[in-house]
Amino acid sequence: MVVQALAFYLFATVAVLAATAVVTVRNPVHSVLLLILTFFNAAGLFVLLGAEFLAMLLVVVYVGAVAVLFLFVVMMLDINFVEMRQGFLNYLPIGILIAVVLFVELALVGAGWTLTDEAVAVLAQPTPAGLTNVEALGQLIYTDYAYIFQAAGLVLLVAMIGAIVLTLRHREGVRRQKISEQVKRTRADTLEVKKVPVGRGI
Amino acid sequence: MEIGLAHYLTVAAILFTLGIFGIFMNRKNVIIIMMSIELMLLAVNINLVAFSSFLGDLVGQVFTIFVLTVAAAEAAIGLAILVVYFRNRGTIAVEDINMMKG
Repeated sequence: MVVQALAFYLFATVAVLAATAVVTVRNPVHSVLLLILTFFNAAGLFVLLGAEFLAMLLVVVYVGAVAVLFLFVVMMLDINFVEMRQGFLNYLPIGILIAVVLFVELALVGAGWTLTDEAVAVLAQPTPAGLTNVEALGQLIYTDYAYIFQAAGLVLLVAMIGAIVLTLRHREGVRRQKISEQVKRTRADTLEVKKVPVGRGI
Repeated sequence: MEIGLAHYLTVAAILFTLGIFGIFMNRKNVIIIMMSIELMLLAVNINLVAFSSFLGDLVGQVFTIFVLTVAAAEAAIGLAILVVYFRNRGTIAVEDINMMKG
């Protein structure tokens, strides 16, 4: 129990500190790397909660895909990030004000909330005993939630096609291979037999 | 020392607040704003998983998977739009993005 509590406090502290740094550091590359740290620690929290599959998913999807995508974009775009930070301190009062108001609201909601016995009685999908987290989730998303699962796949497909269509561009002056024209080529198009007179050349 | 639901909800609330704070502080940089949105989605996911774990209801985790999916799609499309915009205009400053104002 003590180890669990220590692990929770470690993961939670590092996650919160890293998230704070994400929004305040100067260099966006550091920002992305700290975002990765935040997601790793959130994955640790998921493991503590017994959601191992989601923890691994978080590491694979966020650290492996999304954060690397961010890193690529930050490094690819030639932007003067120092110029972009101008006015950072001007926004500080309003930012802190909004954040405090929001946090107080969230705390009030959290403090005023209780769980009734009826709520526990009407669970949609109670966690089955004796199964690992991955097995239990698999038995759920491939049966009761199969259609939504397929819809999620469709969302990813649309996102993939959209990203490709958006970023694809046809540049002028680039020589590409055109298979059909190569196949259509005949001997008459390219070859000419000339009689060369002796001693004169062409 | 017992870690309860309230602990996780507190962490999630702090992360969500930091996401909002990041949007307000980095008004000019779209990339940081998108990272803040990812932070807020992460906070929502922590809430969902915490409730799922403490109430013993697996649907919260199923829903988290779909939130993750949508978040990944959103990041991909958003960054693609950003790259196209930078290619056309040479800037990603938020106040310069006003072409569709008419």
